[in-house]
Amino acid sequence: MSKVHVSTTVNGEAVEFLADTRDSLLDSLRDSLGLTGTKEGCGTGDCGACSVRVDGTLVCSCLMLGVEAQGKEIETIEGMASGDTLHPLQQKFIEHAALQCGFCTPGILVASKALLEKNPDPTEEEVRYWLAGNLCRCTGYDKIIRAVMDAAEEMRGAA
Amino acid sequence: MVTVNLWSGLRRFTDGELAIQVEAQTIGDMLDALVGKYPGLGPIFEDGISVAIDGDVMPADTSKSISPENEIFLLQQMKGG
Amino acid sequence: MAKDTNTSDFRYIGSRPARPDGLDKVTGRARYGADIAAANMLHAAVLRSPHAHARIVKIDTSKVEALKGVKAIVTRADFPTGLTGEDWDLQENTMAGERALYDGHAVAAIAATSPHIARDAVKLIEVEYEILPHVIDVDDAMADGAPVIREGAANKTVPEGMHPNVVKYIEFGHGDVEDGFAKADLVMERHYKTEATHQGYIEPHACMAQLGADGKGEMWVCTQGHWYIRRMCAAVLGLDTAQLRVTASEIGGGFGGKTTIFMEPLALALSRKSGGRPVKLVMSRSEVLRATGPTASASMDVKIGMTKDGMLTAGVANFRMQGGAFPGSPVDMALYCAFAPYQVPALQHIGYDVLANRPKCAAYRAPGSPMGAFAVESLIDEMATELGLDPMQVRMKNGSKSGDQSSYGPKFGVIGLEETLAATQAHPNLSFPLGPNQGRGIAAGYWFNHGGETSVSVALSEDGTVQVSVGTPDIGGSRASMALMAAETLGIPYENVRVNIAETGSLGVNEPTHGSRATFASGKAMHGALTQAINEMCRRAAGKWKIDPEAVEWKDGAAVPAGPNAGQFPPMTIQEIARKMKNTGGPISGHHESVPDGVGDSFGAHVVDVEVDPETGHTKILRYLVVQDAGRAIHPSYVEGQYQGGAVQGIGWALNEEYVYDDMGRLQNPIFLDYRVPVASDLPMIDTVIVEVPNPGHPFGVRGVGETGITPPLPAIANAVAAATGVRIRHLPITPTKLLAAIKAK
Repeated sequence: MSKVHVSTTVNGEAVEFLADTRDSLLDSLRDSLGLTGTKEGCGTGDCGACSVRVDGTLVCSCLMLGVEAQGKEIETIEGMASGDTLHPLQQKFIEHAALQCGFCTPGILVASKALLEKNPDPTEEEVRYWLAGNLCRCTGYDKIIRAVMDAAEEMRGAA
Repeated sequence: MVTVNLWSGLRRFTDGELAIQVEAQTIGDMLDALVGKYPGLGPIFEDGISVAIDGDVMPADTSKSISPENEIFLLQQMKGG
Repeated sequence: MAKDTNTSDFRYIGSRPARPDGLDKVTGRARYGADIAAANMLHAAVLRSPHAHARIVKIDTSKVEALKGVKAIVTRADFPTGLTGEDWDLQENTMAGERALYDGHAVAAIAATSPHIARDAVKLIEVEYEILPHVIDVDDAMADGAPVIREGAANKTVPEGMHPNVVKYIEFGHGDVEDGFAKADLVMERHYKTEATHQGYIEPHACMAQLGADGKGEMWVCTQGHWYIRRMCAAVLGLDTAQLRVTASEIGGGFGGKTTIFMEPLALALSRKSGGRPVKLVMSRSEVLRATGPTASASMDVKIGMTKDGMLTAGVANFRMQGGAFPGSPVDMALYCAFAPYQVPALQHIGYDVLANRPKCAAYRAPGSPMGAFAVESLIDEMATELGLDPMQVRMKNGSKSGDQSSYGPKFGVIGLEETLAATQAHPNLSFPLGPNQGRGIAAGYWFNHGGETSVSVALSEDGTVQVSVGTPDIGGSRASMALMAAETLGIPYENVRVNIAETGSLGVNEPTHGSRATFASGKAMHGALTQAINEMCRRAAGKWKIDPEAVEWKDGAAVPAGPNAGQFPPMTIQEIARKMKNTGGPISGHHESVPDGVGDSFGAHVVDVEVDPETGHTKILRYLVVQDAGRAIHPSYVEGQYQGGAVQGIGWALNEEYVYDDMGRLQNPIFLDYRVPVASDLPMIDTVIVEVPNPGHPFGVRGVGETGITPPLPAIANAVAAATGVRIRHLPITPTKLLAAIKAK
């Protein structure tokens, strides 16, 4: 069975790759495009480690096929910083020690960015419910929530 | 002579004794002396044990010196997670 | 004393700088187990038994051999024979021999040119099984007539007449328990059960391995301990240990579950069989839950005697634990920890390690301690309530102090339980008003912590910056703590230290990052290595100054004369010494190998407020407080992180998590949808208090902190639910269905 040629945009750059029709978008990002920042934690859409944005929508990339990336705009963790300048969320995660093993971190950062674009002033409860689809086993979520709320405040101040 | 405290489950190998005195300068000598006195302890020690010297729990380091002033307990081997 | 600000004694220790690997981890650059590829790489897939217990009659791989893209097939026949003891257990667990012993047990493995081909190929392997009776529950497995999992697996501790599934027996105690119970005003005996749970790390096991026909191999693997992985793979495959070089990737969580091997030898064996091509093996989530190492399930009976003013007079604990189809449940450690927070004049502990048709258990954060604490702390709470006593007061009255004899025998060194309980009692959370259907629970917990084999080296770079090589993978920020301690010892900026996790070829043997030992043991050995390097740097300065090396000391990053009599020389900075080192004797480094003593125990106390919905049985956590003795918090943010993370794993264990089996012995919930770990919306902020009673056994007073935190939540939550509802649940988890039924039955 032959592979499918896919043309898409990832983090603002036009890219192309060959996808096995059974490859998930996660497989394509990691194995065909070498973007290993997005992680597989479960393969069934339950852990959120594979979170990316597709045309602005937050999705679990393990639940999409690679061939579905055709013509779409995809944002991954690799596109979050601008050159050497970290996104405020990334900076706050470091300051608040909001990561221990760091495996869930890319997915949580992508998801948090999506939240703050939609709702720049979320309550703690809103942040918790938005991130309920991103599992973290190390931190107990406390410092993650603090970091997101602190980043939101900084971004509102800068706006 | 050092006094070595064993756990009560080992009573049946030591004629009921739990605080056993042996002549030994190191943990290695101590274990050998215990097995010499009560051969039934041999397979238990081979499976692995931890030793507490004055409350400090560690795997049995045969070269470590001990003295009569030390409080010595033998414990089942401990691991972490 | 509770920690709230930087300790003024230290320049760097106690501060909260950015962790050195922070940038890599927030940008996605950090490379974990599956984030690797190599030229000519193959992909592996594993065939696993769908039966809990079955004889493997025949394995037919003929349909696979012809499949395009398949480059190697491995079965048990490809492994050496003649192993004994723990090595045999590891090999048998890596790949089934005569029988499949649990649902998910590996039976064969394939390497192919793509993951899809490998997974398709595995489905073409035909295995003929003869299904055998199986047993899942620990008490069932000990009973007459239970299916025998392995004859002759019991060791010499097991008394005559026990079922062959009982493989280890432990008994210890002191005093006269009958006399103790006679002295009590209240004697209670209760039965408790906990179910198997999984460490639940978000990163599945993954490795890339390469092994040549010459017995030389390399492996990249996410692990807590790459020397253990090396030794175990070498034993299981019949390799020479030093010929296998293992590199630890970044690790996405371990909690004990990644201190041992599961599938790593399969990747090596497939590589050799494919002619030495690199083989990448990544487990799926359901493979992780079915076939790595959950913790044991426990069936426990506890009897306690208490006087009417809350003094403990006697205790008996009888614990039975199954650790899967192999010896190794943590029943001994559960018993050692169970009464450790208390001074009880008479205690008897009895424990059984039992086999069952379940995966081989691995360590899970303070292995055994949570189960024992669940039983003992729940019973103490029930008795305190019955006697109308304050549960906090009962803990304080009976609490173990420094120098007391421990419940497991030896005397305690310097411990901080008293201070921890005092800090807990003083916390405002204890006076927060409670409303209807709300209740408060408290519990104490304990873990010994561990020293273990440690080998560290340090070296000076040409510009005066310093590299430190440790063997303990960084699971939760330990690089930051190492760099802080190094900065403190050398008197140089934190940013001038780079901490590397070295591969097995670069250092002597290191035990894993487990047993809460990394900051303690690697830190203590690093101190030794730095001291050696400092002595050498002082010697170089002494040489330049033409004075005795004894007359030179190290201060604030420079060699200085040790007193006015030594001579008038300006400080010689580390940069200057480094710049000149090639002409003053060559490279400057230090190393230190030891099994460090002076390990510091860590006691903790938790307070939780819950609200139970009387219509659904759902338990909501309103407030959660962790108070724990860290000895000295090198980087307080990461100490807080360990407290919070341990507490939340304990919350999951208490309320949601369990392995569910059907009547065929198959795991019913091997994915995160159904194996439900706590999510952000389940929880409030987790309040923490770091108590510091320094451990005299460590240069900076460090006690391990990673494990104790998972112990108190199980009983604290059960106690809070009892306070909220009047119902005692003695079989975890406290699911809504179970709690609702119990409330209705009341």
